This record gives sequence, structure tokens and C-alpha cells, in this order.
Amino acid sequence: MDYQNYLIEDITKDLQKESLRAGFGRGLLSAGEIDSNVVALCADLTESTQMKLFADRFPDRFVEIGIAEQNLVTVGSGMSALGKIPFVTSYAAFSPGRNWEQIRTTICLNDRPVKIVGSHAGISVGPDGATHQMLEDIVLMRTLPNMVVLAPGDSIEAQKMTLAMAQDKRPNYMRLAREATPIFTKAEYEFKIGPAYLLNKGQDISLIATGTMTYQALVLAELLFKDGIEAEVIHVPTIKPLDKETILKSIKKTKIAITLEEAQINGGFGSAITELASEFYPIPILRIGINDHFGESGDPNELLEKFGLTASKIRLKLHTFYSSNKT
Amino acid sequence: MHHYSSEQLEVFANNIRENIIEMLLEAKSGHTAGPLDLADIYTALFFEILKHDPKNPNWEERDLLVVSNGHTIPVCYATMAEAGYFPKKELLTLRKLGSRLQGHPERLRLPGLETTSGPLGSGLSQAAGMALALRLNNQLNRRVYVIMGDGEIDEGNVWEAAMFCAKNKLDNLIAIIDRNNIQIDGFTEDVMPLDSIKARFEAFNWYVLEVDGNNIESVIDTIIMAQAIEFKPVLILAHTIAGKGVDFMENNYSWHGKPPNSEEAKKALHELRTLGGRIRSEHQ
Repeated sequence: MDYQNYLIEDITKDLQKESLRAGFGRGLLSAGEIDSNVVALCADLTESTQMKLFADRFPDRFVEIGIAEQNLVTVGSGMSALGKIPFVTSYAAFSPGRNWEQIRTTICLNDRPVKIVGSHAGISVGPDGATHQMLEDIVLMRTLPNMVVLAPGDSIEAQKMTLAMAQDKRPNYMRLAREATPIFTKAEYEFKIGPAYLLNKGQDISLIATGTMTYQALVLAELLFKDGIEAEVIHVPTIKPLDKETILKSIKKTKIAITLEEAQINGGFGSAITELASEFYPIPILRIGINDHFGESGDPNELLEKFGLTASKIRLKLHTFYSSNKT
Repeated sequence: MHHYSSEQLEVFANNIRENIIEMLLEAKSGHTAGPLDLADIYTALFFEILKHDPKNPNWEERDLLVVSNGHTIPVCYATMAEAGYFPKKELLTLRKLGSRLQGHPERLRLPGLETTSGPLGSGLSQAAGMALALRLNNQLNRRVYVIMGDGEIDEGNVWEAAMFCAKNKLDNLIAIIDRNNIQIDGFTEDVMPLDSIKARFEAFNWYVLEVDGNNIESVIDTIIMAQAIEFKPVLILAHTIAGKGVDFMENNYSWHGKPPNSEEAKKALHELRTLGGRIRSEHQ
């Protein structure tokens, strides 16, 4: 399936920026308008998780939980038992950071379609520092049977993903970022949970990215083109279950890949891709992300630079890796 | 208006206790004391209180029972079998490969269970979510009951839920705490003092009733009273004797988390079948 239409025409332009959570807020409002069973639960972060749009429009279907993330997901589980579709929201550091066992037992093993939304994931949270920069949520969620793990690339996709989640019958986790990031997908194109999206065709190397790092992958592909390397860019908004077919097809062609994520590479998205490759088509893979570190306070862009998550930083690392591994 | 006579209810409770012993003996693992002391409360719930249909476990008008203390599930299984959810012979599959009767309850495996539990402290929150959803759905003729252990309320999640229930005035929810005073490591007041549970919940703006949890008639009356309380969630603090019905297990915390061996089971069953020596057992 060719998803090149998914991408806007020219990503080298100065793109419009918006936070993923803003897209989520609009998506949740629409989901609530479409289905009266959609309810929203929040742990004292209604404004910053952008649930306020929904809360103002549907006050009876908005549940303020207070600062109690264990209660947040378990009340959600209970409501889903009566046919409700609960979106439960906090910062990712607290949910699923603090309440993992409750998610495991009462949502995953119990197979309830609760929609867990973790805002402020990644180091680009910025000045709040390491405690609030959730980097381990992907690994926490992707090891759970029944759980679907999602990371939108931009606010437009986050909006569409939220609507798709409301219709999905499985437990879902969606990770969101705080900062405004470039919008690189088209509003009119349909989003589905499951597929990986081929955004740029190339035969030399696969750049496999999730979340907002897909934008860095697109910029990187432009830089590499100037270096004489034609990179294929695959955007993976559904981290679990993985679109094995699309990913394997690409790496069988390029025989070398890098993964990009704003999370711990150990157990995270990079692990998911290397696990897949090592089982079905072993190739050299460089994982870009946070390598066994915590973040720290700083300006989001400074932090991305420091941790080597910008296209220009990745380009340097990639050339060394590419020249010693490309066959 | 009772469905059964006191004598008949006593027979149910005694059958449930016998089945608990036989299940645990066969399973060779599991918890004994809690299930035994809960037999009277489960009898009251399944035979007099709950609106339910053993032949149609997913009946849309049913009341919801959340078993928060999942380790005590043998009493729930034994009561469900007694009430006709499934044949009693299935009880002997407890904890075995392929059984619907998992060591800790799994909703997806056995129709009639409302949730999956084992890790403690999360049942009250789920019950609260259910009670709130019932209200949103305008299903005002249904109630949510949740059974918790006393040691379980060491868990912080319980107190998050307690605040939430009071804030939302969930008067369609009735919580029952099995106050048997034991947990795995010892007596609750030694492990982590809980008293006064009543004062604590009242401070959280709950309505608290106390009852002899081993007196079926009193339990029924207390739950009916709890149903009449409005604008507050109700806690029934049910004082029970751990291991109730088997003399050498009563009030002994070492029976919290282990099953009887065959000698102990024989002794326990003899006591239950003779009602403590008052009658002659037909098994003799």
C-alpha cells in the first residue's frame, strides 16, 4: 500500500506547528460528538492535556479524578464494563508511569477498551526536567498483551488517531508530546490504526521512525539526498501491533536501517524494530533515541540537540554507521 | 421478604464451606481462612440480595459484584456453583491447567465474574466506575457491590477510590470489608494497624454500618439497610472470624495463605458435616 499521499507536498518549507495534545483535544471533542458513550477522565491536568474542550462541551461525561492515577485507570476500567469508552488522561510519567499494574490487571488481562493517553512524553517536555520527561512508556505498554500502542507524528494525526481509538475495541495507549511540532501529514488523508506509512521512497537505507521523530527522519532524508544517499522513510504511528509487512519489505530492499524515537531505545521502539528484524531478516540497525539516560531541564530544542535527536546530529552518526555497515 | 428460611441459608453456607475445603485440598494451593469466613456473606448476597440469573450471567438488569480480594475467590466459585452457575464437580478443577476457575479470578474465563482481580486495592475503583456509569446510563435499578479484605486497605488505591466515591455520592454502591483481622504476615493490627476502619471511612464521608459477618440474617438486614442510605456510599464493616467453621483454623493467621493437607481436610470436613459435633455426618 502506497501512502505517499499521506505526506504534505514539501516538508522543506517552514511548516505550521502545533502540539500533539492540541490535536488530541479536538479529536476527543469530535469522538464525543459522534458517540455518546465516550467519557473523559482526567487526573487534575484538564487544561494541559487539552481535555478542556471536551469537559466544557460535555460536563456530565467528564470525570475529574484528582491527583490519583491508580484510581484514574481503574475507574476507567469500571466504566468500560458498562459500555462506556473512557479516555483517561494524565502525564505519561504518572500514567502509565505510576499505575502500570492496574493497567495490566484491570484493563489488559481484563480486556477492557480503556483509552490511556499519556501527555508530555519525551525529553522535549523541556524545563520540567527528568521527573516529567517520560521515556519508558513505550516499553511499559508494548509488553502488555492486548494493548495497542500508538504514537502520532503530528497534531493532525493525533486528532485522527483519537477518533480511531474511540472506535477500536481494544485497550489503547497513545503517547503525546508537549511542544508544538511541525505538521507534515495531510488533513484529508484517512488514518488507520495498524499500518506503517511509507512517506519517502529510497533504496539505500530505511529510516524507521515513530511519533514526532518522523519529522526529523524526513528532514534527515533530505540531507542524506544531498549526500548521495537515497533514504526510505517509514512512519510507524502504531508501535504495537507492528506492521511487519511494510517494515520487512523496506529492510529487505535497503538491508540497513536506523530507528528514531524520543524514548528509551532499550525496550522501546528501536527494540521493537530490531526484534522484528532479528527474527525475520537480520540487518545492521542503528537505534536513535535515549540510550539508558534520564533527561534534564532545558529548552526543548537544546535537549534534542544535546541528546542527538535532531536531523543534523543524526546525520553525523549515520554516516559512520552507514559507511561501516552498508554492503 | 426472604427467599429462603434461615435453616436453608445455613445449609447453603455449610455446603459452600465443605466445597471450599474440598477444592483447596484438590488444588494443593490457595487461601483457606478468608474464603471460609466469607461463606455467610456470599450466601446472603447470592441467595437473598443480588439481582442475578445464574442461567443468564450477562443479564442486562443484574447487580454487579466486584470481588476485590481476588485470593478469596474459592468462596465465590463455591457459591456460584451452589447457586447453579455451573456444576459443582467443576469446583475440583480449581487452579488446574485449562480450568475456568483460575487461582485468581479472570472475568474472560468464567461468565458471572465482573472483573479480573488478585493484585489488591483496585476493586473499589472499578466498582466506583461501574456505579458512575450506571448513573450516566440512567440504570437506577441496578447496584454495585464490592467485597474487600481488611488487609487490602493498606493499599493506597483504596483511599483514592474512597475519596472518589464520596465526592460523587455513589449511593448505588455498597462496599463490604471482611474484617477478619488477619493477613499473610500476621494480625492486621501488628502488620499495619487499621483501627478504626469505621472512623477512617466516616472521615472520608462514607456512611458506615457494622455487622457480625458470620450471621447471615444480620448480614441480609444490614445490606437492606445500606440500600436505603442516600447521597453517600455505604461501607459495611463485616466482623468475621478468620477460618470460620473449622475450629483449628479459626483466628489463626497461618491459615490465610495455605490449603489444608488431607488429614487437616478430613478433620475440617468432619467438623463441618457434623456441625461441630452437634449432628451425625451421613459420611460416617
